[in-house]
Amino acid sequence: MAELKTKIKQNTQEQSVEKSPIIQEEKEVVFQSKNFNLWYGDNHALQDINLTFHENDINAIIGPSGCGKSTFVKSLNRMTELVPIVRTEGDIDFRGDDIFKSGMSVEELRTRVGMVFQKPNPFPKSIYDNVAYGPRVHGIKKKAVLDQIVEKSLRSASIWDEVKDRLTDNAYGLSGGQQQRICIARALAVEPEVILMDEPTSALDPISTTKIEDLMQELKKDYSIIIVTHNMQQAARVSDRTSFFYQGYVVESDDTNVIFENPSDKRTEDYVSGRFG
Amino acid sequence: MTLVDKDIIAKKRTGRQSRNQIFKWLFFLCTMFGLAVLILLIADTLMDGWSRLNLDFLTNFNSSRAESAGFFGAIVGSLWLMLVTTPVAIVLSVGTALYLEEYAPKNKFTEFIKINISNLAGVPSVVFGLLGLAMFVRALALGNSVLAAGLTLALMILPVIVVASQEAIRAVPASVREASIGMGATKWQTVSRIILPAAIPGIITGIILAISRAIGETAPLVVIGVPTTLLVTPSSVFDSFQAMPMQIYSWVKMPNEEFQYIAAAGIIVLLVILLLMNSVAIFIRNKFTNRY
Repeated sequence: MAELKTKIKQNTQEQSVEKSPIIQEEKEVVFQSKNFNLWYGDNHALQDINLTFHENDINAIIGPSGCGKSTFVKSLNRMTELVPIVRTEGDIDFRGDDIFKSGMSVEELRTRVGMVFQKPNPFPKSIYDNVAYGPRVHGIKKKAVLDQIVEKSLRSASIWDEVKDRLTDNAYGLSGGQQQRICIARALAVEPEVILMDEPTSALDPISTTKIEDLMQELKKDYSIIIVTHNMQQAARVSDRTSFFYQGYVVESDDTNVIFENPSDKRTEDYVSGRFG
Repeated sequence: MTLVDKDIIAKKRTGRQSRNQIFKWLFFLCTMFGLAVLILLIADTLMDGWSRLNLDFLTNFNSSRAESAGFFGAIVGSLWLMLVTTPVAIVLSVGTALYLEEYAPKNKFTEFIKINISNLAGVPSVVFGLLGLAMFVRALALGNSVLAAGLTLALMILPVIVVASQEAIRAVPASVREASIGMGATKWQTVSRIILPAAIPGIITGIILAISRAIGETAPLVVIGVPTTLLVTPSSVFDSFQAMPMQIYSWVKMPNEEFQYIAAAGIIVLLVILLLMNSVAIFIRNKFTNRY
């Protein structure tokens, strides 16, 4: 039965834009978009997006400004709905369930699909309260449990050693790179299955960027990561799979080394070699 | 060949610099003018009222005889009034501001409501007095009670607090909102745990300003018909009461010159109570600001 499923999966993959030679069947699909379209008012921002993301992969989404990559990632946890003029068509399946179906709870979806934003956005609260925010929102009140969650999350985000002595300090007092890792810890605290990262290092210095890239390699053991990045070297360094967005379309989606070394589309080649964008 | 003539520039320099000084002193004088008038006013009031300001004045009820007229009934009445006005105004206006900023759909109707609330802030207080008279005193048959006047004043300061709260709520960055929503928090959790705590200093500032205006407001009380010669303090919100600004107004109208000094003493008490209330509110605000 399982074999049959993987067969089908492989078949569908062959027909779609993706044509990965690497064996993907051992990894489960977390997200799959099927002919997904999105409009901001009259602006057709995403057009027929067909993409599949697997467990424990780091998936990079690259493309020039305004190509829809952030919009797509924000669609995955339905954050685009905060913009009133957004309209969508088509499906996005999360673990086989359509995220737009009527019985789907956005709160549950956003708990299982965490997000790290472009600019570090800690709450104006203590470091502890920042990380404990998610668990508290979901009803965890016991101090002992919260203490454990906070420590575990901060350790996972490799910032525990830097902040363990000042958990009650305001998170705004930290550097940008530390704030961003606090935000990652905050996202990890509710134990999501997927972490969406929308240009998480674009506001950071190179050293903080390296720290976060190293952290992603650690995190992929337990989480699936989908990262939007402006920085092509970053995509090449950290990701397993890369999708190239251009003017609202997916031009090409493949293993990262294929995209960077042997892309099949001329536009992809031009973009990754720095001729435009 | 240069386009910039150094000689002309040198010639104009003195003029520019002296104009620079002139405007600085001009703006300084503007500031000083307002300040001087205010100090003069307070000094004049203090000189007039100081002799009358004693314990008897604070503990006696009003009287038609100048030597025994006191402020006690008015002070207690005004505090009763604020006891009704403050909670009603805070609940209604913060609720309104939260709805308009966080929940209301972004459409023409919402815009229309927002514009009109700002307009309401400019409606003269006597108009609110007439509204109170028609609605609370007559239609709801509350008479000239604490409740009727308190609700009227609450309505009057509502738009001021709504506008201040709206601005405070709008100033909370969208990124923090997104962070909370992105964690799977509901709208209400985001509002109560993130937005309100961040907006509270601004909201409290609006409340301070509004309450200060309400406690010194006279016109609506005149329209409602608040008495000035009661010899009891209210024992419930349905009782009739006296109020400080109303009492001062009635003293100023008296032909006996002695009452002018009593009125001045009343103004001092009103100012002190107002300053006390403001300091407490500022203290609360700073406490919140430090935490966030």
